[in-house]
Order: sequence, then structure tokens, then C-alpha cells
Amino acid sequence: METLIEVNGLSKNFGTLRAVDDVSLEVRRGEVLGFLGPNGAGKSTTMKMITGFLAPSAGHIRVAGFDIDTHPLEAKARIGYLPEGAPAYGEMTAAGFLDFIADVRGIARAHRAARIREVVEQIHLERVLEQRIETLSKGFKRRVGLAQAILHDPEILIMDEPTDGLDPNQKHEVRTLIQAMAPTKAILISTHILEEVDAVCTRAVIIAQGRLIFSGTPRELAARSRYHNAVTVIVATDAVEPARAALATLGEVETRGNGSDARLTLFAPPGENPAARARATLADAGVAAQELFIEHGHLDEVFRSITLSAGDSGEVHRT
Amino acid sequence: MRGLGTIFRRELKAYFATPVAYVFIVIYLVLNGIFTFYVGGFYERGQADLEPFFQFHPWLYMFLIPAISMRLWSEERKAGTLELLLTLPVSLAASVVGKFLAAWCFTAVALAGTFPMWLTVNYLGQPDNTVIAAGYVGSLLMAGGFLAIGSCISALTKNQVIAFVISFVICFAFNLSGFPMVIDLFSAWAPQAIVDVISSFSFLTHFNSILKGVLDVRDLIFFASLIAFWLYANVLAIEVNKSN
Repeated sequence: METLIEVNGLSKNFGTLRAVDDVSLEVRRGEVLGFLGPNGAGKSTTMKMITGFLAPSAGHIRVAGFDIDTHPLEAKARIGYLPEGAPAYGEMTAAGFLDFIADVRGIARAHRAARIREVVEQIHLERVLEQRIETLSKGFKRRVGLAQAILHDPEILIMDEPTDGLDPNQKHEVRTLIQAMAPTKAILISTHILEEVDAVCTRAVIIAQGRLIFSGTPRELAARSRYHNAVTVIVATDAVEPARAALATLGEVETRGNGSDARLTLFAPPGENPAARARATLADAGVAAQELFIEHGHLDEVFRSITLSAGDSGEVHRT
Repeated sequence: MRGLGTIFRRELKAYFATPVAYVFIVIYLVLNGIFTFYVGGFYERGQADLEPFFQFHPWLYMFLIPAISMRLWSEERKAGTLELLLTLPVSLAASVVGKFLAAWCFTAVALAGTFPMWLTVNYLGQPDNTVIAAGYVGSLLMAGGFLAIGSCISALTKNQVIAFVISFVICFAFNLSGFPMVIDLFSAWAPQAIVDVISSFSFLTHFNSILKGVLDVRDLIFFASLIAFWLYANVLAIEVNKSN
């Protein structure tokens, strides 16, 4: 699939602060790239440069084949952008605002009403169309921002924390919407909600202190977890000690209590079939496991470990 | 300049979507009335012209125009819509000019609201209507000059109060640049040529020459180039200072 967003060696300095440091990434059509990182890592700054709001201090950006520096209008016409906080003109009604965006985006008057209606239905804005945007709840404001971003059916969609401030149902709706649009577009979303990466992204990059420290699929990201391929056993609280003793013969064991039952996680050396061995060992010891499963890895743990280690040592991981 | 018309229409509608427009127009008309009849002595002069009306415009605009222009870009900055606007496929120049023209058009509406003044003077006597027409054109040009200054200043800050105060001071300086309080600041150290240039920037001088009924090309060029200069500075101010 063709590459729609191409970022090469991108850097941005604010005075002496290096907010973005030599970031390169690409997003192809059909991909949803999750842009992860702690607050202040440079996610928003990178997005502001890709969308042509800020000029980079160094590096190149091509959007749908257009250099954002030399052909900004062509590039911007192909991007739908939801800035952080979904800014909109508060004194306008939602309908008036969308009409303004459609006009600026050059959507022909003949299709305009139909296209706005389509997006309004998709995003469920019918109820608030005639309300002034400043009177809307945070969730609705965010949805007006989303509607604005997809109104011209852009090839490239860039969204800065699209589900921030939404309730769980709305989050689910937005994710479903992103998934539905994914096959025909290149989508870049920033988030610090890791479940979102698992739910909608085909690929993820992590940025910390302005530098790209991971790039890969969510599965590869999870595979970096200490918990990847670890075996977790859930047993009744009174069986914790014998279970731990039994599992300890196979490798390191971590115990977490959880009220009526306890979770024991076994970090067995790789290359064996740890689940089967754990099951056998527990059976020999006469411990009844309520549940036994192989962990895929904890994204939040990976996120913490790689963003913190990058902060400490400045070390760069890449896959 | 694609998108200029769209930006212009949105901006103009925005004035009337809030009480700003109505408050401004009412205050503008009331102040004009007070100045013309009480301070300017419209009746007492016994002359059929609108000089007592126009002569206060530079002073009225000095603080009323910054009140309009202060929100032009400060508000975009504060609300974060600057980022939205500048990532739309519209050039920055088109946005700057579109917003400026909307504000200018709005002041033209307010100025047009003074037509009873013109009716009155025509009812009372036989004024030279070409002089009055020149006065209206001059007043509008001067408003445009003040607006361009205010628009540029408002691009520098997200605080509307700061934008207002600084614009007011600069407008004041432009009004008085032919007068000793400004000239004395420069004459002590600057070469005479520069002092002459500064004194030629006086809005009052140019406006008063238009008020005589002569639309001199030099006065038109003065206001046009002044507007162009400040709008260009406005573009630069946003370009350089986007991330703030």
C-alpha cells in the first residue's frame, strides 16, 4: 500500500528545549498508527508539524506525496486533523461550524448538505446541531471536532487524543468509527490509553523526550513485556504457599493477592512449554488451579519500562 | 487567496453572533452624537457641513477600533482555533486579509449607521455632499488603518486586554505623530529626514486634508500602504509566534 505520511529526521527546538529529536516514521494507506508517549513527550508537537501548523527545525515531511513545506495547501487539503482539545469556534452552532468547514474545504455546494448530514449521522450529532458549540458538553465538543476532521473524507486522518474526555460508550463508538475508516485511509492517532492501541492500531510507535524509542505492532510491543509468555495461575488463597513452592522449582514466581484468590505468575526460562509444565507440577503438588493461562504481555508495563529507561539513560530501542 | 471569502463571511457573522456588534454600534453612534452636537457645536456653528461630526473620528477610533481588533487573533490563540484555522487549506495571508476585511466591513456598517447625520444636515441646509462623501471615505480609510494596526497587535498576544492597550497606544501615537509630544521624542536624536517621515505618518494630517473634500492620491496611498504594511507584519507575527 502507498505511503501517505512520510516523516524523515524531524526535529523541533523551542529555544534551548529540543521537543522533538530526529523522529522518522511512515504511515501507509490502511494503517492506523498509534502514537504513544508520556505527556510532554513531543506527540502533539510532531502532529502539529505534520499538519503544517508548526515549521520543523529540521527534517522533511511529505503528506500524500506533497512536501508540507513547499506545497502546504495541497497537503493540508488531504489531511483531516483533530487538534488537541478539539478547538472550535464557540459562538457558532455545530451546524454553522460544519458548514464553514465544508466551505473552506471546498466541498461543492450541491453535495454539501448531504455530506454534512452523512457525517452528522455517523457521529450522532443530530441532537446538538443547532446549539452553540460553547454550550456543548466535552463529549459533544470532541465529536464536533471529529466531524470537522472527517467531513471532506480525507485520505489522511490525524487525531490528537481523539477519545480524551469521552465516556466508555463514546470511546467505543469512536474506535469503531476509526476501524471502519481504516482500510481506505492512513490514520495517525496519539493516545496514552494503551488499550486503545490494542483495540484500533495496526502499528504503534512510542516517543519519549522527543525521541522515537519503539516502533512495531501492538503484539511486538506486548512481547517486550516481562510478562510475555509468563504463566499465570489463579488459586484459592489457602493454596498460595504450596502453589508457590511448586512453581518455584520451575522459575521465578511473583504473587499478587486479590481478595478471595491469588495470582501467581511464573517466569519460566524460554524454550520450554511452561504452561504444560506448570500444570503438571501443580498437579503433582496437589494444588487445584482455578485458572491457568499464558500472558501476552502487559502493555502498560512495557510502556512504563521503556519510557522510563529512555528518560534515565537516553538509550534508544528499535525493532 | 482561496478561502478568503469563507473566512470573511465566518468572521463577519461572528460579530453579530455575540452582543459585541450591537454594543459597539450603539456606543459608536451615541458617542458620535454627543461629540457632534455637544462638543462640536453642530447647531451653534450655523454651517451646513459635517465637519463637527468627522473631526472627532480620529479620537473615537483611537479607542473604539482597538476594541474591535483586539479579539481578531488573540481569541483564536486563546481558544486554540488558531491551530484549526492554520491547518485548513487556506493560506495565512488569506486568513489575515479575510479577517481584516470582515472587521473593516463591520466598522463600515457602524459608520453607515450615522446616515441620520447626513439627512439632518441636508434637511437643515444645502451642504456640499461631495465633501461629505469624501469625509465618509476618509473616515473609513482611517478606520482601516487603525484596524490593521490592531489586528497585527492582537496577533502577538493571547490576552485581549494587552492587545487593546498596546493597540490604543499605537493608534494614539499615529494620531499625534505630527504633534510635538511625538516629534520631540525623535527630534532630539534622529536626523531631520526621519522626523519628517514620522510627522508625515499623522493620521490627523491625512484625514484633515481629506475632510476638505479633496481625495488626494497621496492620502489614499498613505492609508493603503499603511494597511498593507501592518497586515504584512500581522502575517509575520503569526508565522513567527505560532506555538506560543
